[in-house]
Amino acid sequence: MSAFFDIIFSSHFGYSVLRVSTPILFAALGALISDKAGVINIALEGIMLISALTGVIFSAITGSAFFGLFMAVLFGGLVGLSLGYFSLNLKTNVILAAVAINLIAIGGTVFILYLVAGDKGISSSLASKVLPKINIPLLQNIPGIGPIFSGHNVLTYLAFLSVLFIWFFLYKTPLGLRIRAVGENEHAADSVGISVVKTRYIALTISGILAGFGGAYMSMGYVSWFSRDMVAGRGFIALAAEAMGGATPIGCMLTSLLFGFFDALANSLQLLKIPYEFVSMLPYVATVVGLVIYTIRKTEKIRRIQEKAAEGGNA
Amino acid sequence: MTKSQRLFEVYRTGLVILISLLIAMVIILLVSEEPGEAMKLFLIGPLDSLRHIGNVLEMMVPLLFTGLAVSVMFSASQFNLGAEGAFFFGAIGAAFIAVNWNLPPVIHPTVAILWGGLIGSIFCGIPGLLKVKWGSSELVSSLMFNYIAYFFGLYLINYFLRDVNAGAMVSHRFVETSKLIKIIPKTRVHFGILIAAVMVVITAIFLFRTRWGYRIRVIGTNIRFARYSGINTDRAIILSQVIGGFIAGMGGSIELLGMYRRFEWQYLPGYGWTGVIVAILARNNPVYVPVAAFFLAYMRIGADIMSRSTDMPNEFVAIIQGIIIILIAATSFLSKQRHKMVVKEAMS
Amino acid sequence: MTDEPDAILRMENITKIYPNGIMANKGVNFSIAAGEIHGLVGENGAGKTTLMQILFGLNHPEEGKILLEGKEITIANPNAAIAHGIGMVHQHFMLVPSLSVAENLVLGVEPRKGVSLDLPEAIRTTEALSKKFNLKVDPRSAIRDLPVGTKQKVEILKALHRGARILILDEPTAVLTPQETDELFDELKLLKDQGNTIIFISHKLNEIKALCDRVTVMRAGKSQGVFAVADVTEQDISRLMVGRDVILRVEKSVAKPKKPVLKVQDLMVVNRFRKKAVDDISFTVRQGEILGIAGVEGNGQRELVEALTGLGLYASGDISIGGKDIKKLSIRGIRDLGTSHIPEDRMTYGCAADLSIEMNLLSYTHDHPEYNKNYFLMDINAINEVSNKLVEEYRILCSSPQQEVRRLSGGNIQKVVVAREFSSNPKLIISDQPTRGIDVGATEFIRKRLVTLRDEGCAVLLVSADLNEVMELSDSLIVMYGGKITAYIEDASSISEEALGLYMLGLESQGPEEIRRVCHD
Repeated sequence: MSAFFDIIFSSHFGYSVLRVSTPILFAALGALISDKAGVINIALEGIMLISALTGVIFSAITGSAFFGLFMAVLFGGLVGLSLGYFSLNLKTNVILAAVAINLIAIGGTVFILYLVAGDKGISSSLASKVLPKINIPLLQNIPGIGPIFSGHNVLTYLAFLSVLFIWFFLYKTPLGLRIRAVGENEHAADSVGISVVKTRYIALTISGILAGFGGAYMSMGYVSWFSRDMVAGRGFIALAAEAMGGATPIGCMLTSLLFGFFDALANSLQLLKIPYEFVSMLPYVATVVGLVIYTIRKTEKIRRIQEKAAEGGNA
Repeated sequence: MTKSQRLFEVYRTGLVILISLLIAMVIILLVSEEPGEAMKLFLIGPLDSLRHIGNVLEMMVPLLFTGLAVSVMFSASQFNLGAEGAFFFGAIGAAFIAVNWNLPPVIHPTVAILWGGLIGSIFCGIPGLLKVKWGSSELVSSLMFNYIAYFFGLYLINYFLRDVNAGAMVSHRFVETSKLIKIIPKTRVHFGILIAAVMVVITAIFLFRTRWGYRIRVIGTNIRFARYSGINTDRAIILSQVIGGFIAGMGGSIELLGMYRRFEWQYLPGYGWTGVIVAILARNNPVYVPVAAFFLAYMRIGADIMSRSTDMPNEFVAIIQGIIIILIAATSFLSKQRHKMVVKEAMS
Repeated sequence: MTDEPDAILRMENITKIYPNGIMANKGVNFSIAAGEIHGLVGENGAGKTTLMQILFGLNHPEEGKILLEGKEITIANPNAAIAHGIGMVHQHFMLVPSLSVAENLVLGVEPRKGVSLDLPEAIRTTEALSKKFNLKVDPRSAIRDLPVGTKQKVEILKALHRGARILILDEPTAVLTPQETDELFDELKLLKDQGNTIIFISHKLNEIKALCDRVTVMRAGKSQGVFAVADVTEQDISRLMVGRDVILRVEKSVAKPKKPVLKVQDLMVVNRFRKKAVDDISFTVRQGEILGIAGVEGNGQRELVEALTGLGLYASGDISIGGKDIKKLSIRGIRDLGTSHIPEDRMTYGCAADLSIEMNLLSYTHDHPEYNKNYFLMDINAINEVSNKLVEEYRILCSSPQQEVRRLSGGNIQKVVVAREFSSNPKLIISDQPTRGIDVGATEFIRKRLVTLRDEGCAVLLVSADLNEVMELSDSLIVMYGGKITAYIEDASSISEEALGLYMLGLESQGPEEIRRVCHD
């Protein structure tokens, strides 16, 4: 047991929580933007996978990690846009369209990987690049705290900065106002000449871009290669994180950190000779439990309001 | 649906399949060094020998089960994507009985299949329960359960059933009595296809001729109306998910006992996701599930045969399948033609 | 008919067919003059709303053209309509509940400061407009906290803010109290004096007479002509609307009430916003009587009906049906006591539009022994037989009982609902807006049926926003205002519309003893 607490309270553990939270946070913010516009985006999973491969391929071709990142994000945005096309123009149910995108992503990335790298499992034959890590001056020298917050991949910092950007975007800009209006009452938005379709396109594209960052981080930061199914449900976890976060940017950040905690815990527990399969389950179990606790609390709250009002009425 | 509308849907589905095959052709032309050979194998490979025809029928079996499972779950308008996990975990359950128990033939696989079904029903039932009890999204929780089923299943196999003498991470061999008999000589087509056929009939009767199926369909079309009518919607929703999970779990067990000698899956096999495509092609109607399952099985076997003797990887089928989902589910695809038809009927 | 020399706007030969095959407009001609208030009347389903949606770019016609000041224009979407100076206030408000009045007002034309939204400017704009057009609103309150009348003002301001010169109002008075209606009329007349043109959609003829200069009458998707309001009587218009005199009277004998069926004691219902929607009310409904509930919509009627039928919870008090407390009963349990329910909104609660008529008729009775062959299988023949019988008995116009409900007209859909609810031997019928938005024939049919069931010993609770209906059909009346009962009128035929209006607006209220009389033992 003491070994367990040694792990949790080490700065290494704190560092890895932030490290593993990064992709989930990007995707959760992506889920948030599309949710605010009234669309469920379960294609985040597939988009991350596609972007992860895109980043690897283009960074290998050009030798530039940042060009790889750019292409990964571009592709993420494009897939988000195409989800918009399927659901908004072709009027395919958005969940089914996203299932289709995820299927295409799972098979398609292996297909492309085989064509490019000659392997169906891993991209190790490609000389892909990794995005740089950043040491923060002054902060890095503070004992205990420095090792947790300094020396992360550039995308980790971007992910947490994005929380701020997305908050400003949603609540302080005209486009954010429109996105929220479209999500809450699309007829209202439509009647004042806001194009619901266009607004949702924009939201889905931004959602795809954010997932694209998350995907690029997976293959160019978290690890330095692409392997099949490497996203492993993080896009789906992000959906749960967004729901639990009460559909706010700050909430998304807190819940992403929570899942990051369990993910990091799973990685650390492997050192303690607990079966690998068992600890791998942890983040998923935590997600279900978290989601259920969140929804229970929500229904309880409504019930309490009923009861309280009833008591007040009788008094 | 009027007759002309039904005909129109058939025409629309046919057109989607044609378009997706055309896209397959284009991909082959772009990627392959030997497009002629690849296309030939893809299109008629599955028919060129009894063995290949057998392959198609074998492939149909898991797709029939997951297709039926998803059809039942989607009929209640629940986006439970847990068929994948139920299929996998049902097979794990069956593997335990197939390895550890000694029972007479016939009874042995029957017990294993029912046990697998039961486990599958729990797996799909829980997301349903969480949904009706607290409104937790069944979509998200069923996706999480797929991963839980995967890791927990691997854990059980590796720590309780693993044959350490075998090179790979596989289970001990199944007891002979547990296996499903082959029914077509020179192929691996097994008894499971007959069970699948029976399940198609039972599921169709269940959905269209029983009060439970009726309730599920009412809920699927308008849940508020169902509630208003006094239907216990919670119970019916859970029932639909439990039955869907049962069928998926049965499917996993049958696939394992019919096709394998040990449990040897290292990944989720993906039949649950293909089941979603089957259900969409069949419009959640069990009667059309065999047609959809046959088409998808044919395409997959065609791709497998092609990938074995040419340079085309078979994963490209996933791209084709994705396109099929999008177009079939696209209500606006050919909607102008449909509108014209409606206008014509109204004018006449 | 009058000629129109200086029409500001002209719609010619408009034809619209919906994807479900319904022809909503057939070669409609419509024109309005600058600076007039132009009435557009017709029964529900006559095509008024469709025509106006075409004008506002929400719908697109199969044929026809639109001329603004003599020039042909195309209106592809609401944006185009707004650009041409056409604004619309919809029947269902187009407001975003969680946003403030100012945010709603500027939505789509937001003032900016750099990249961000300039909220102070939006508030200033709202205040200025509010003053200019004498429409009082508080720019900072959230829409969801406002009363209906105020929301409507926000809607009108929104249109004006976007430069509307032609203002379309789709049944604006349907949700207003008589007082609010008067206020609205004054505001509209002021707008007219300021040079705006107004199209006023309604099916209340007295309002057309009070407000409009000219009126266009529509019936079954066609225009019946344009008239100067001063030249025609209400009877003339009503004849054009329905093709014959509206039958308002319901033939019925004096009620002979017997034992109470529904007893409500000190009932309180709390809604999502912690408001007491139903506040401590008691009443009974007896066998053989129709008890009407009059009141402006949104005064607790919906929550009351939901509590009675089990669709919603109630905080405290007792409800019993046939002597049995329903607190712990499911919806099914309440129905099994002999309760039938005609829901307010037939498309939301009353039917499954994608299923057949047959399937819809069975939603409550599908597990009764007469429709099941054995424990497992339903009896298709018995189901066919009974649905054929009901379709005939209730004169449901359809190609067969297998037809999807979605393809029927509103009146026929309502007949499907009514056929199901009336055919299960009810002891208590909770009838919420039973004839809303349906044709005269179906309305008459349903009202007669309700009286017949009453005479057979049913207890009927009638909730209706249609004052005519509730006054004509009920034997006794209670009035709901602010979640409370403000009056009990033992003989519904003894009270005038004006007197009822005072109770409905909460301007007058009976004493507790008088109201207590509605509780019988």
